[in-house]
Amino acid sequence: MQKVIFQLETLTCPSCMAKIQTALQKTKGVLEAEVLFNSSRARVTFDEEQISSKDLIAVIEKLGFKVIGEK
Amino acid sequence: MKLTKKQRVIVSAILVFLSFILKELKLNIFKVEYYYYQDYGFVITLPNVIMVMSTIISGITIFKNAFNALRYKLVSIELLVSIAVIGAFIIGEYWEAAAVTFLFLLGAFLESITIDKTRKSIKDLLDSSPKIIRILDNGREKLLNPSDVKVGDIVIVKPGEQIGVDGIILEGKAYLNQASITGESMPVFKEENGTVYSGTFIESGYLIIKATKVGKDTTFSKILEVVEEAQDKKARVQRYIEKFSKYYTPGIIILAITFFIITRDLRLSLTLLVIACPGALVLSTPMAVVSAIGNGAKHGILVKGGETLELIGKAKVVAFDKTGTLTVGKPIVTKVRGIGVSTDEVLKISAILETYSEHPLAQAIIKKASEKLGKIDEVPTKTNLIIGKGIAGVYQNKHYLLGNYRLFTNLKIDYEIKEYIAQEESRGQTVILLQEEEQIIGVISLSDEIREESKQLIKSLKKMGIKKVVMLTGDNPLFANYLSQILGIDEYYAELMPDEKVDKLQELQRKYGLTIMVGDGINDAPALTLADIGIAIGGSGNDVSMEIADMVLMSDNIGKLTHGIGLSRKMIKIIKQNITFALVIAFGLLLGVIVQKVNLSLGMLIHELSVIIVLLNSLRLLRYRVDSITA
Repeated sequence: MQKVIFQLETLTCPSCMAKIQTALQKTKGVLEAEVLFNSSRARVTFDEEQISSKDLIAVIEKLGFKVIGEK
Repeated sequence: MKLTKKQRVIVSAILVFLSFILKELKLNIFKVEYYYYQDYGFVITLPNVIMVMSTIISGITIFKNAFNALRYKLVSIELLVSIAVIGAFIIGEYWEAAAVTFLFLLGAFLESITIDKTRKSIKDLLDSSPKIIRILDNGREKLLNPSDVKVGDIVIVKPGEQIGVDGIILEGKAYLNQASITGESMPVFKEENGTVYSGTFIESGYLIIKATKVGKDTTFSKILEVVEEAQDKKARVQRYIEKFSKYYTPGIIILAITFFIITRDLRLSLTLLVIACPGALVLSTPMAVVSAIGNGAKHGILVKGGETLELIGKAKVVAFDKTGTLTVGKPIVTKVRGIGVSTDEVLKISAILETYSEHPLAQAIIKKASEKLGKIDEVPTKTNLIIGKGIAGVYQNKHYLLGNYRLFTNLKIDYEIKEYIAQEESRGQTVILLQEEEQIIGVISLSDEIREESKQLIKSLKKMGIKKVVMLTGDNPLFANYLSQILGIDEYYAELMPDEKVDKLQELQRKYGLTIMVGDGINDAPALTLADIGIAIGGSGNDVSMEIADMVLMSDNIGKLTHGIGLSRKMIKIIKQNITFALVIAFGLLLGVIVQKVNLSLGMLIHELSVIIVLLNSLRLLRYRVDSITA
């Protein structure tokens, strides 16, 4: 189990937050995903044997949101 | 061709405007009609071509996002808009399609500008962390990144520059602007041995500082961390709204489908889709919370999240810790009486006797003496500390005793003086006697200094409708009683152990309801944690209180509490306005669509406008200040 926080480009619509959150939650290997609207961050707990943080970034970016940072 | 958001909005605006004029002028130039089967076919005119172009330019990102989300089996608002636009094309409503996509794009653009503005005060704060630090390395100045500075490094800060570490001044004097920490913009004078905080600025002067805390450990970094976390801690209302909107959107979609099946009215169903996202409602709370947190941070008030802010304004009781909260926490000399000698003489001799004492009471006497008589250089010839009682000493060949009652048990004290002492003690004063040879020659009264703002604060709290103002203290009841009378406190409880404070607090909660506990976080941590809302004052440099309290007043100015309560109430008010407005608009729109008074573009226009109005309303919180009645 691993935890990661992605800094996304500024989120300006709450519906996009729901979108990213649901997409992450539906991704295999993700145990927990929460998108923080005001600080424009995504907090993800995942199983590193099933998925990598690179894959998670790909999911977010495919939805049309840039990932600026990771920690 | 890659367009920025802004360019896309401008190009679409021009095209929409152009097609609107052509449409209104009914200039159906370049008309090409093509029928592929009887009446079915296209009518291509210049306005129609422009409308389609406009729809594509403003809609391309919307369609793309809709498609991407669909791959994750997500129904997004973009998908609904896309369906509405395609539907509009099918029924030949090119103008509606162009108008809807443009309004959606414009709305999103304006919303992002407003939301950025709302977040700006927090962002400014986060961006204001020190970027570079100048240290002294083997006698040479060197510039370092904040992350490379270590505890113990010697830091040099010049006029106009920002201090990058928490530390102690080794050398220099300066006026500092500590607004980033305390919210007070009045410059503060600091000199050798003074404490300075990262994030503050030197207005004039020059300092050499020894770093005691660096990087993530500084008070400023902790503030930033709290603020960053706080903005996404949801208010209770927000959770209800999110639940509501979870059902709202699918509900409207089902409604749209049902209507289509029954009435076969595609236009009506499409319009329903456009208004299916309760944007104004969803944004009603978080934007107000962010604005309020930003406002607080600017005024030296740290709030841990939306829920705290929601509660503070509803508090019925405010309970204060005494020492260090309502009072400064340091004793001062309040009265000196000479018996057969002048008060100055009493003060002078006492100060001389206390020369080598570190006791807070001794410090208070020395301070008072030097304030009144100037610096005293004389020293006693001999002193002897009597622990828990006072001091014995020789000065100019006379024997003196200075201390409390217990030191003088063997001595006969005049009845009149005894009366005087009792009277002073009933006012909560600590009384110290000075004896020369066998004679009492002076009485000094000391007490903890009451904070300047305390009285006004309690008056303001009452004016704001707080039911009970209570004081909880571990100290003796005499001073507590005296203080309560002076400050106008309703109830006080003295001689409480920390766990008894907690019990008292629970009793208050049961009796009156929502209770705020205000303390300095030093010995009242359990009470701060247990209260409905724990508020710590003087948070700068006090990590514990920053961790446990729900709200932290960064400076010692306890008067800021009214700002915190006022801000909370204002926020609640604005959230209520936002929610009411959003609901009225949502149901109004729904009704308007069903009775066919609202078409696609009008529906989108009202929807986007309502979102922007909610955002602008929330933005008002950034400028909130306590009005003069309560300040």
